[in-house]
Amino acid sequence: MKFKQIATVALTTLAVSAPVAADLMFPSLSYRTGPYASGGIPFADGYADFFTMLNERDGGIGGEKAVVEECETGFSTPKGVECYEATKNNGALVYQPLSTGITYQLIPKASADGIPVLSSGYGRTASADGTIFPWVFNFPTNYWAGASRIINHIIDNDGALEGKSVALLYHNSGYGKEPIRTLEALAEKHGFNFTKLAVDHPGQEQKSQWLQIRRERPDYLLMWGWGVMNQVAMQEAANIRYPMENFYGIWWSGTELDVLPGMASHGYKAANFSVVGSDFPIYDELQKHVIDKGLAAGDGSSVGSVIYNRGLYAGMVVAEAVRTAQAMHGVSNITPAMMRDGLEALNMNADAYARNGMSGFGPDFQITCEDHGGTQMAIIQEWDGKSQEWKMIGDFEAPDMDVIGPLIQADSEAYAKENDITRRDC
Amino acid sequence: MSADFLYTLEVILNGLMAGVMYSLVALGFVLIFKASGIFNYAQGVMALFAAMTLVGLQSGQIPFAHLINAIFGTDLHHFGWQMPALLAIILTVGVMVLFAIIVEKYILHHLVNQEPIILFMATIGLAYFMEGFGDIMWGSEIKTMDVGIPSGGSFWLEEVTMTWAAEGERYWGMYIDKLDVVATLVALVLVISLTLFSQYTKTGRALRAVADDHQAALSVGISLRTIWVIVWSIAGFVALVAGIMWGSKSGVQFSLSLIALKALPVLMLGGFTSIPGAIIGGLIIGVGEKLFEFAIGSVYLGGATENWFAYVLALVFLVFRPQGLFGEKIIERV
Repeated sequence: MKFKQIATVALTTLAVSAPVAADLMFPSLSYRTGPYASGGIPFADGYADFFTMLNERDGGIGGEKAVVEECETGFSTPKGVECYEATKNNGALVYQPLSTGITYQLIPKASADGIPVLSSGYGRTASADGTIFPWVFNFPTNYWAGASRIINHIIDNDGALEGKSVALLYHNSGYGKEPIRTLEALAEKHGFNFTKLAVDHPGQEQKSQWLQIRRERPDYLLMWGWGVMNQVAMQEAANIRYPMENFYGIWWSGTELDVLPGMASHGYKAANFSVVGSDFPIYDELQKHVIDKGLAAGDGSSVGSVIYNRGLYAGMVVAEAVRTAQAMHGVSNITPAMMRDGLEALNMNADAYARNGMSGFGPDFQITCEDHGGTQMAIIQEWDGKSQEWKMIGDFEAPDMDVIGPLIQADSEAYAKENDITRRDC
Repeated sequence: MSADFLYTLEVILNGLMAGVMYSLVALGFVLIFKASGIFNYAQGVMALFAAMTLVGLQSGQIPFAHLINAIFGTDLHHFGWQMPALLAIILTVGVMVLFAIIVEKYILHHLVNQEPIILFMATIGLAYFMEGFGDIMWGSEIKTMDVGIPSGGSFWLEEVTMTWAAEGERYWGMYIDKLDVVATLVALVLVISLTLFSQYTKTGRALRAVADDHQAALSVGISLRTIWVIVWSIAGFVALVAGIMWGSKSGVQFSLSLIALKALPVLMLGGFTSIPGAIIGGLIIGVGEKLFEFAIGSVYLGGATENWFAYVLALVFLVFRPQGLFGEKIIERV
């Protein structure tokens, strides 16, 4: 009798908590706690709010409800892998690991399990090569493209870099080290001196690095930081009066959290792959179907911020891939393999952005079996201290593929050799 | 003078002041260990909690607003006031005293005469509880600490020292952060006050008696409960000072609790029971790690050597003086 009762309770709990088999399941490996929570929360909110809006407005995607299953990683790689293992059998269609460390761990696992991984703007850059990484996507851009876009922006605006110096202040982790190879290749091509300055996790203490920057006075400073490292670096830059107009961050160092009050950060720039601001029709839809109904994932304080927009963007491209997959296979309840087909046929053109109420929100690109990285375009934004907001300068532009293309090919070939992978015939 | 010499001098000076910042955190550990034999794992989180409380009070943030809004569907955020920094500091000290009373009443009181490892584990639990509690109370977003402490490089010093280098050398003057200078002065006042308190007051002597032996202290009429509340209150105050200084650098956010990691090598080196040891240990660690990074780390090892080098330095000292430079030598008869 007792066993029966326990079994009944367990089954009822499972029935209530587990997603319905027909739901479209999107695990969200979020980090709402820990040292990087201030960046993790807006992304997770944006991602969840986008799918809530689709459920409320359209009844899901193609008639199927979208379910976002959050699992807290605390930005820790082991916890991220645990989250993957805990959620992969719930019908997961695609993973966005939100950490380069977790992405590196999930690449072989998800490839073996046949579940797509999408690491937009982070992860392993070489995974843009779809013939070696059939289950991994990193559109619309990656760290190597970001580095190249920043260097191109400097050259376009300030002239040739021949004989000048560029320093990279980076988080001493897989993420922070990603652009080094590209910057070394670009230094060789453009003739600038390249210096690397590593900052250990979490980046609270950077005195040595900033004394070195003050001594050597690099003409340009690039930053690959995250969390507290960004805030400390910005304060130290202001302290030593480093010219903000020559200071560039990657997209994880270009949020409202990373700049100082007043004019101290005025002129600081960052690369990005989605635009800033909330002047898009999608925001009216979110207001009507999510926020006004009290269904928002967060308290509303981050709505419209740089990282919230990135979360929305991540949700939108996934939803578009689902629609593509549903159309390709003629079924609404798709499998992870069908999801991959949808991702490989994803065409993010002006029409796709417009039907999501997000015209101009991101770069145009088309994914194929061979190319999982897209056009790799990025845009530059600048902090305006007067209005205390980020402003876009210029447009989405492609990186220097003459440099990046061979690097991606070399790295993907090395990965294939290491892991005994045969190049896929597309 | 050669620019290289002046830059080395700059690194040493900045190392000394970075060391003072580490010492501010280490002091809290020493105080509690000295008086109760507990290695307080929660000291870093106490600094975070104190700083969050200070900023919350100053900006008029409503505590537990997220929780209240989630339960009752309200839209509460701020009281609408801007509290003067000094008043906010005084109130925060009050909160830390209240925290000390609660810790004593609900945790330490039940663990009298337990093994040190049990007490240590209790502080681990306390640290994780406070992390979550602080988040629920004040939210996890990054907050700006502004209590009027000057920061940034000193223009005056830069200009004065600019001409010290030999002609033609690339030298930009000596750099010292004004915030570090303030931290040094505050640490100096703290150490002198705490040393005098511990050595020359009745309560200070009682603190030391409790540290030596709980039962013996009780037998001569010392109230263990009062002493523990006092010592945790002082440690809470020191945590607030550390939270203000570090929070002014990086903003008040979760990472502030990780500054405890910078205090551990200082404690290993300076000893767990010496207040001056915490300062001297901090200075040695600060200068040692900065000089190593300057001369070897950034040149030959790719940089970012400070975190591990501080521990290597502390380990080397431990080999020769296991009790630390100023720690009390423990002799137990068989």
